[in-house]
Amino acid sequence: MSWARKILRVDLTKGTCTAEPLKMDWAALYLGQRGLATKYFTAEVDPKVDPLSPANKVIYATGPLTGTMASTGGRYSVITKGPLTGAIACSNSGGYFGAELKMAGWDMIILEGKSARPVYLHIENDHAELLDAAELWGKSTWDTEAWLKKHFQDPQVRVSGIGPAGETGCLYAAVVNDLHRAAGRSGVGTVLGSKNLKAIAVRGTKGVGNVKDPAAFMKATAAAKKVLADNAVTGQGLPKFGTQVLMNVINEMGALPTRNHRDVQFDGAKDISAEAMHAPRKTDGKPNLVTNQACFGCTIACGRISKIDESHFTVVNKPQYWGASGGLEYEAAWALGAANGVNDLEALTYANFRANEDGWDPISFGATVGAVMELYEMGVLKKEQLGIEAPFGSAQALTFFADQVGKGEGFGKEIALGSKRLTAKYGHPDLSMTVKGQEFPAYDSRGIQGMGLAYATSNRGACHLRGYTVASEVLGIPVKTDPHVTEGKAGLVKAFQDATAVFDSSGLCLFTSFAWTLQDVAPQLQAACEGDWSLDNLNLVGERIWNLEKEFNLAAGLTKKDDDLPPRLKKEAAKTGPAKGLVNGLDKMLPEYYQLRGWNAEGVPTAETRKRLGTAALK
Amino acid sequence: MQKSLHIDPAKCTGCLQCEMACSYENYQVFNPAKSRIKVFDFHHTGRKVPYTCTQCDEAWCLHACPVEAIKVDAATGAKVVLENVCVGCKVCTIACPFGTVNYVQDTGKVQKCDLCGGKPACAEACPTGAITYVDADWTGLEKMRQWAQKLDSQPAAGHAD
Repeated sequence: MSWARKILRVDLTKGTCTAEPLKMDWAALYLGQRGLATKYFTAEVDPKVDPLSPANKVIYATGPLTGTMASTGGRYSVITKGPLTGAIACSNSGGYFGAELKMAGWDMIILEGKSARPVYLHIENDHAELLDAAELWGKSTWDTEAWLKKHFQDPQVRVSGIGPAGETGCLYAAVVNDLHRAAGRSGVGTVLGSKNLKAIAVRGTKGVGNVKDPAAFMKATAAAKKVLADNAVTGQGLPKFGTQVLMNVINEMGALPTRNHRDVQFDGAKDISAEAMHAPRKTDGKPNLVTNQACFGCTIACGRISKIDESHFTVVNKPQYWGASGGLEYEAAWALGAANGVNDLEALTYANFRANEDGWDPISFGATVGAVMELYEMGVLKKEQLGIEAPFGSAQALTFFADQVGKGEGFGKEIALGSKRLTAKYGHPDLSMTVKGQEFPAYDSRGIQGMGLAYATSNRGACHLRGYTVASEVLGIPVKTDPHVTEGKAGLVKAFQDATAVFDSSGLCLFTSFAWTLQDVAPQLQAACEGDWSLDNLNLVGERIWNLEKEFNLAAGLTKKDDDLPPRLKKEAAKTGPAKGLVNGLDKMLPEYYQLRGWNAEGVPTAETRKRLGTAALK
Repeated sequence: MQKSLHIDPAKCTGCLQCEMACSYENYQVFNPAKSRIKVFDFHHTGRKVPYTCTQCDEAWCLHACPVEAIKVDAATGAKVVLENVCVGCKVCTIACPFGTVNYVQDTGKVQKCDLCGGKPACAEACPTGAITYVDADWTGLEKMRQWAQKLDSQPAAGHAD
């Protein structure tokens, strides 16, 4: 079984919490977590809804393998309509919160309406209630968690919620759990804040005790763990270097977007790389990296735990930042570093701590600061309005804005709106490095062509976690393809997108896919869950989920013109490195992609496709 | 030969596979709330420390029990709670200096590590070797080996050749 078969509906307007049975006929079609929550969401919410109005909803969803011994089985997703993009938003997080929610006996929480005053949701197994959050409003995610654990006199309570960024309307506010794990992108935290919901505190002591065939499940999960342990990426690279293992690799291949995508290589990459995090600092002789850390159930353990140099300008006389906390992952190191030309590892780590503490997405923030710095260098933005000199490479400016953005202070209030709105306001919309209003992550699509198509067609806006063709084009997983050509990339992107939707709907971490294919996932699901979770059906389920998200976006008013890249990537060729002279060839890939998807030339699923997948146009 | 659970916190990543394996072994459920081994996360230092019963020879819990519900497993040396005898008085939970005997609301009994009859599920599930099950007389062997290796790499302590 493995689903808890129960969902919690929380009406914030009325202040009620109601249990409902999980729709198992939907679970058979959409599996769980991202897929199943998307089914619920699209069935209940008008696609044209204002994302920050009470009529929008937020769904917290676990997968059938969340809270089991399957490696990495601790994930949950947050699904809503995103305020940054106006598209469907779905962000995924690890840590311990998701498993705790499942162990309390819930597959999902549907949050609807809007509370008249700040509240938090307390769940203890079957019992759920909304409680007054007056004392928590304004607090950081760190202080909120500490307050709740103290309040309930229970250090085992797990907390997921927003920091000041979610309260002040930062459009890329994150949902943060377990201090430094986050459903980080697309502003899912902004929507929670708009509903006056500060946090969810959960304690689950029921566990997950209903896998379909326990003996087969233990055998399948043990075999799959061995695959992870024996794989060079998941067994060695990620535990030792984290995702930061990529910094030097991507820089060398000329696909590290630098200074708001002006360049594709960063001379300071080595200073902010995994290797730099391991090296003893000149100041105190200690490395930035303290240790690695796993999320719930994870046998990879790629998480970074770092300590900032106590003498660094960002933390002098601020002992609250001297302890160990969540360190730099590759995307954050890129966005806070290369995107702005900043090579100060300690400053980046500080900004990353602030992102976790105040609850905002370091990718969208860092990329927006990159646009600010470019506008500053062009003379469009001045020191007087920014409050600081902000040339590319300024760690002072980066951390100055990092201190402001969550609380909505100073120019941070404008940075909090993302680069699309900011560059438009100052007359240079072409400098916004976004798709559908969401900032790019750390791979330049001039040097990795398939990623251009993956970004352009991602249902939640520019994102690396929707179709990570980097695996194939750079790392050779599952097969090596040439990163500089467009041929074959349409099929590659589709295959990655559909498979990813399955990983994201199962309760497992996408990072397992460095070693696993769906062939490794299928036996685990099949042993845990009733129904047909064969490879063939999983591929279909993934495609169905992707199409349902697309239907939502189409009904929300997005069109083919939203499946596009900024002109810089299509017109300004890479200046250096192996991809020198290349622009992204999106226009060559997109028509073929639509065709492979069974969509018409405008990117709308055909009647035949809808019939095959059991989807329909949404109203 | 008796064996002991041997814990090396430096290798622990905090994945909680041990806690799930423990609860699954004893209650057929994945549930850290029912685990007899707990991993503690010391956030400000980044240290994760798995902790469970060390199976004291002169076990406080065993001596404190008024109904003799805690017995020694002669084969493993584990101090084992007899659930059909335990009355849930919790005196053992007070007597244990380390807190590793705990009450279980669902059963009305106490629980503690029993070494799974000689095949501890936690050690088997640990992906990093932070929890191992080794010769009880030689829990220091690996540490000795590491120090010996350091000496071996110094010229004065090496072989004459």
